[in-house]
Amino acid sequence: MRNRMLRSALILALLAAGATSSLAAGSEDEFKAAYAAAETANKEAGTLRNQWTTTAATLAAAKKAADAGDFDKATASAKEAEALAKASIFQATSEKTRWKDLEIR
Amino acid sequence: MRPRSAIYLASAALALAALTLAGTLPSDAADKVDPIADAKAFKKFFTDKFPKVKLEDFVNGPYSMNEDLHRQWQEKEQFPPYEFSLEMGKEMFSKPFKNGKTYADCFPNGGIGVRQNYPYFDEKEGKVITLELALNRCREANGEQPYSYVRDEMAALTAYMAFTSRGKPMDIKIPDDPRALAAYENGKEYFYTRRGQLNFSCATCHVQSPGERIRAEILAPALGILNAMPIYRSEWSGMGTTSRRFTTCNSQIRGVPLSPQDDEYRNVEYYLSYVSNGLPISGPGARP
Repeated sequence: MRNRMLRSALILALLAAGATSSLAAGSEDEFKAAYAAAETANKEAGTLRNQWTTTAATLAAAKKAADAGDFDKATASAKEAEALAKASIFQATSEKTRWKDLEIR
Repeated sequence: MRPRSAIYLASAALALAALTLAGTLPSDAADKVDPIADAKAFKKFFTDKFPKVKLEDFVNGPYSMNEDLHRQWQEKEQFPPYEFSLEMGKEMFSKPFKNGKTYADCFPNGGIGVRQNYPYFDEKEGKVITLELALNRCREANGEQPYSYVRDEMAALTAYMAFTSRGKPMDIKIPDDPRALAAYENGKEYFYTRRGQLNFSCATCHVQSPGERIRAEILAPALGILNAMPIYRSEWSGMGTTSRRFTTCNSQIRGVPLSPQDDEYRNVEYYLSYVSNGLPISGPGARP
């Protein structure tokens, strides 16, 4: 009986450890995907000559959090960086014609 | 449909088409690149906005915006903070390179009293050449390392060259070359394009809000803004080149600055200088 209980506890502990490890691995993968998407968007903003300093700072914050093992925070920062990069792309694209609205004529 | 109704409908359609056409014509005309009309409209905008400011006074930037500030500027000019830079620039300008030549060998009239002609469009290269770029090219052609575009050495050299040109009217030419017109138009586009997370264009501050405060500073009007370059800025506790001004403007609005003397900066300098043609060179300047 005691042995059976010990075995069950061990199995449970192993399962829990496995779950935690697979959760951590998933979170790291999620970060990597989010970071890559943010970098791609920021690169596109670069080709449009319109990167934002805040995108670079947020990407750096994501990297720092990932290096510290905080993948939740890192993923959130990477997603924020992607949103900023996409906003800068939208700005550059829409300003291609909108700049004329400000012109002194 | 009754014939009369059909006639009314056709007339209405024709009138609508005519209105649409009339609506597009001025826009098409306005889209044509016309630097002379631009410069005229630019000056009119600022002189209408600030009727008490004399045209030639716009080159004094925020110090032209009201009497108190103008008095501050006059007092500052008695012991100008850019004087040390001017002395340094004069010495550097006359000191020969290792090969015995000097900056004077690279410029028309020995580089004296020529600031008002920069930037110019080089038809061989098909690009805008600024004074800062010409100075570094002169150095490189004579076997010297180029200077940083944003540091004191470049500010000192351009300060001296501006000083020898003080009072001369800005005289930027656009040659009969479609590439020159394109450079001018691209410069204009850069000037009015919003960028950075703050969504500001150059015009947001220097067309829409000159004379207004932004934090503790008073914004300068765009008209004549480059005639005073380079400038001593109290905020920087030092001198700043045109390149420094452009790159810091970009970072202040949370945009990643381009490299100094990238095409965009050269073109916007070309545009801004052209629309200030006729206003006197007043550099080196001093700003709060």
